Amino acid sequence: MDIKNEERRITDPVMGKPNLEVFAKTLEELAAADRDLVVVTSDSRGSGKLGPFGENFPAQIVETGIAEQNLVGMSAGLASCGKKVFAVSPACFLTARALEQIKNDVAYSDQPVKLIGISAGVSYGALGSTHHSLHDFAVLRTIHNLTIVAPADKFETEESVKWAYGYEHPVYIRFGKKAMPVLHDNNSGFVYGKGIEVRGGNDLAIIATGECVAPALGASLKLEKEKGIKARVISMHTLKPLDMKILFRAARECDGMITVEEHSVYGGLGEACASGLLANGYSLPFKILGIPDEYTVTGSQSEIFTHYGLSPGGIAAAAIKLLKTN
Amino acid sequence: MSLSMDDLRIKSVEYRKKLLKYIKLAGAGHTGGSLSCIDILNVLYNNILNISPELPDKPDRDRYIQSKGHSVEALYVVLADLGFFPEHDLETLCRYGSHYVGHPTRKVKGIEHNTGALGHGLSVSTGIAMAAKMDGNKYKVYTLVGDGELTEGSNWEAALTASHYKLDNLTAIVDYNHLQITGLTMEVCNTDPLEDKFLAFGWHVENISGHDLEEMNRFFREVPLSVGKPTCIIAHTVKGKGVSYMENKKRWHHGVPDDEQFNMAMEELDSSLKFPE
Repeated sequence: MDIKNEERRITDPVMGKPNLEVFAKTLEELAAADRDLVVVTSDSRGSGKLGPFGENFPAQIVETGIAEQNLVGMSAGLASCGKKVFAVSPACFLTARALEQIKNDVAYSDQPVKLIGISAGVSYGALGSTHHSLHDFAVLRTIHNLTIVAPADKFETEESVKWAYGYEHPVYIRFGKKAMPVLHDNNSGFVYGKGIEVRGGNDLAIIATGECVAPALGASLKLEKEKGIKARVISMHTLKPLDMKILFRAARECDGMITVEEHSVYGGLGEACASGLLANGYSLPFKILGIPDEYTVTGSQSEIFTHYGLSPGGIAAAAIKLLKTN
Repeated sequence: MSLSMDDLRIKSVEYRKKLLKYIKLAGAGHTGGSLSCIDILNVLYNNILNISPELPDKPDRDRYIQSKGHSVEALYVVLADLGFFPEHDLETLCRYGSHYVGHPTRKVKGIEHNTGALGHGLSVSTGIAMAAKMDGNKYKVYTLVGDGELTEGSNWEAALTASHYKLDNLTAIVDYNHLQITGLTMEVCNTDPLEDKFLAFGWHVENISGHDLEEMNRFFREVPLSVGKPTCIIAHTVKGKGVSYMENKKRWHHGVPDDEQFNMAMEELDSSLKFPE
């Protein structure tokens, strides 16, 4: 694909859909074939785009009301009886209010609940920090027996949800609500725990996750077009377990590495990559892009991205600086 | 097969002796709470629950979730007695590498869910009860909560939901022993009146003695006591029950008896089985 087509791919709004909508559609497809698939929500079926699911599968949706602790505890109970449970709640509440239930009732008890954090990161940008989840990767990474996934586009979403449905252990998947460009051709080839190279290049590696993969790809195109810099882009959809192989290969083949995430710069993708590289003897110019440790600026998701340098331009500028100064 | 009241009475004393033995051997354990709930577990496991050590995962089994997980020693001795695992496994209680840790885990055969942090069992049990209703299964779900534990707000989220969904296959038994680690529950942060609270949440509530084996046997068999409502059985108990120097003493929440205290407890428990001369 030439660069113009690549650019069109990430800017054409018609091609893209919110991952959340793709998730809800995928669930309907799965639920039609399996009456044991149960969605549990905390007054969040609207936010989770699950209205049609509720109408089409009323016997397969359980409402707990605004009670995230109970949402997760009940989900564990349902899962212990063979129900294939998707516990759907805004990521900010699910992974903070119900953290102990996630730790004990789901992960420690090994109940195969699929925890779905909706409107994650700064999707609810202007609503303020109560509604942001910039901590979820960090806290959940420390919990044993919990896989963490942040799909980038509709293919990664559909494939990861179908994989999670069949996986017999706990999984956390987070989705944003903004329409995402389609980053892959017919499928993403999603394999749990294996990052995907979205664009090739050996000057720099940009490791991104979730809704930051699209701007990372934009940055890569910009860097090539404007500066002749070839930046590899990897969608690291699985935060845990982290794909060390793809990371080490990027460290060997590229002159620098930038990680990009819609999360605090503490404890997320960036620090996971940094510790993995350092502990295994890799050393290269390295930069973590994410939300800094401060009161997050008010604005829409894209305004917040731009403010903190997570836009294509911001990522490209960080890349140029990194390569120049090293 | 049900045990007679005389057999249950003997079991209660044996269980008390055993749980004290293993707490002493481990040098750790939740003594007072285990003694307050052991009669409840005795009746449930010997006469009520449809479970089998040969088929511990059979889908139609009744479920018991011990929300007050710290009283795990009571649960361990009952499960061992029923044949879920050899009793001598309990010699490893709290030892390095043992599955028999100080709170229930599914690594021990017969235990349904990992508990220990308080305020979790009722939600999990509500989910199990809901799964049974969805599938038209007839099994029942019992969970044991502490009165001190009921300050955890998550219990009341679950209480609302269980009532909203008319989960009459769910029974919460409150080990109402009035004491928690700091002191009297009514002084730490009063959870009374429990009956009014559960009634207000739409539950059927009964007050019974948590040490009267016959009364528990009757009530546990009869649940649901109101069609379309979850049942709360407030089982009035005495923390440290059966060992007089431990009864109603907060220091026996997790006190471990020394040799002399242990021997005194054994003598008292043995003598409780003798008929008065």
